[in-house]
Amino acid sequence: MITNIVAASGVRVHEIYKSFPVPDAPGTSRLALGGISFSIAAGELVSLVGPSGCGKSTLLRLVAGLDFPDTGELLVGEERIVGPSAERGLVFQDPNLFPWLTVRRNIEAGLVARGVLREKRSEVDEFMRLVALEAFANAYPHHLSGGMAQRVALARALINHPKVLLLDEPLGALDAFTRMRMQDEVLCLWENRRTTMLLVTHDIDESIYMSDRILIMTQAPGQIDREIDIDLARPRDRTSDSFLRFRSEILEHLHFAGKAADLPA
Amino acid sequence: MNADAAVTHKRSTLPWPMQLAVPVASLITFGTHLLIAQKAPPLETRSYMLLFWEIVGVSIVLAIAQRFWPALRKWMRHIWPIFTAAILLIGVWDVITAGLHLLPLPYFPGPAVILRSLISDRALLFDSTWHSLVLLLSGYILGVIVGLISGVCIGWSSSVRYWGMPVLKVVGPIPATAWIPLAMVVAPSSTVSAVGLIALAVWFPVTMLTASGISNTRASYLDVARTLGAGPFYLIFRVAIPAAVPNIFIGLFMGLGASFLTLVVAESVGVKSGLGWYLSWAQGWAEYGKVFAALIIMAGFFSTVMTLLFKLRDRVLVWQKGIIKW
Repeated sequence: MITNIVAASGVRVHEIYKSFPVPDAPGTSRLALGGISFSIAAGELVSLVGPSGCGKSTLLRLVAGLDFPDTGELLVGEERIVGPSAERGLVFQDPNLFPWLTVRRNIEAGLVARGVLREKRSEVDEFMRLVALEAFANAYPHHLSGGMAQRVALARALINHPKVLLLDEPLGALDAFTRMRMQDEVLCLWENRRTTMLLVTHDIDESIYMSDRILIMTQAPGQIDREIDIDLARPRDRTSDSFLRFRSEILEHLHFAGKAADLPA
Repeated sequence: MNADAAVTHKRSTLPWPMQLAVPVASLITFGTHLLIAQKAPPLETRSYMLLFWEIVGVSIVLAIAQRFWPALRKWMRHIWPIFTAAILLIGVWDVITAGLHLLPLPYFPGPAVILRSLISDRALLFDSTWHSLVLLLSGYILGVIVGLISGVCIGWSSSVRYWGMPVLKVVGPIPATAWIPLAMVVAPSSTVSAVGLIALAVWFPVTMLTASGISNTRASYLDVARTLGAGPFYLIFRVAIPAAVPNIFIGLFMGLGASFLTLVVAESVGVKSGLGWYLSWAQGWAEYGKVFAALIIMAGFFSTVMTLLFKLRDRVLVWQKGIIKW
């Protein structure tokens, strides 16, 4: 078990605006993010939920440093984000494993990229064990199931001991059972390592089950609409009254509760 | 029960018709030849006869060996029907040419004449093949190296693409053989000009396919690599190039085809050695047996080179599923 806890960092997002050109109408642009501010404490697990197209993934890319805001400030700890870095790991919905590398070499990729493979080779084995994939060390990604591939992607991101782990619907493509098991695995990784995590998800149950705090976003332009603290002890019971209360609160907020009555006949 | 028995039988040995197919086909083809040879002017048929006795002998030995050697049996089951057909086809060729004179002589000699040319000219043919191989490999390897470098640069850097792409689009489609008049004037020797022409023929498809492979690298692979701490070196050599390898191989295959063509043309007009030169030399003396002999050697030579490239690709691309078989 990897116990060396890396100093996690908080994230501060201040008044972020981001627009994209509209492909059909040259010269015009659409505001994707309209003044977003929030902060995440070091070691906190925060979910970002909201309708599709509200700019959740855009926001995550900005924090990852893969894209830049029009205005506003992004800080990790005390440092401004100026580009991608191994300190901020990113896991997508598609595991995006390098298909030309075996499982083991995929997990090593971060060490190779930073040129520290020689010193840290022993960690590769630890991470393979951590995600229970020793038996598949020499398999190529196309032999893996969706859940296994996502575990490799998690291990690949974690091997750099990132201060912040950004998760863009990492379990969105998995079936319901695998997804629930993986939620526990991600929580286990988080509890062991206390990495700051920002989780983008469509799944309201997932956000309640996993996070310390939920940020609800609205659409066009994307804004943080509401923050909900989930003050339930872990492991959480998905069928408890308090769990279901949070659920209906969020659904109501997103106008999905009892919507049937409003639908045109 | 019957079906079961049949399956077991099939596993332990080849069915009789398949075991006997090759020897019987050989006897038919050679028998036909003897009938033809009686009517035709006296032909030297000893080598032809020896060939068929050898085929008969070897095929009988293999028919016995396959009972104890499953891998051989599997291979024979796969290849024997084609091999049988090939032998019968030689017989048909014999009937059409030497037997019925349906095709004009001396342009279409019978198989015995071709075999005799192969044997009598074997030293020269071997030497020509060797020269062709050296020339082909020098030109091909040079073209591949230059093509990979220019392809990666054009695919990766947008400014290189801006200046390089027009050159590629305008110069690339000119067939390499069209440069022969200029190449002969510019190059210090005909061998150098042939190497340059083959390299040019290979360079275009390799550059084109490499560039498109590199520039179509999935953006998310590059994003992931960046968040893992990758710098430009890692992004180019460990992400973009591996991602482009399937495309690069298509370019290598297209380039190989173009290099065969250019090799044969360059050898027949400038270089004084090689299979292309041998071919036009034999044609000059109206020795069409030798022309066919050279064609047979070329078929074996080029398809072997092609097969080696396929083997290399299968090895490099083990990570890909559903690879096309050659």
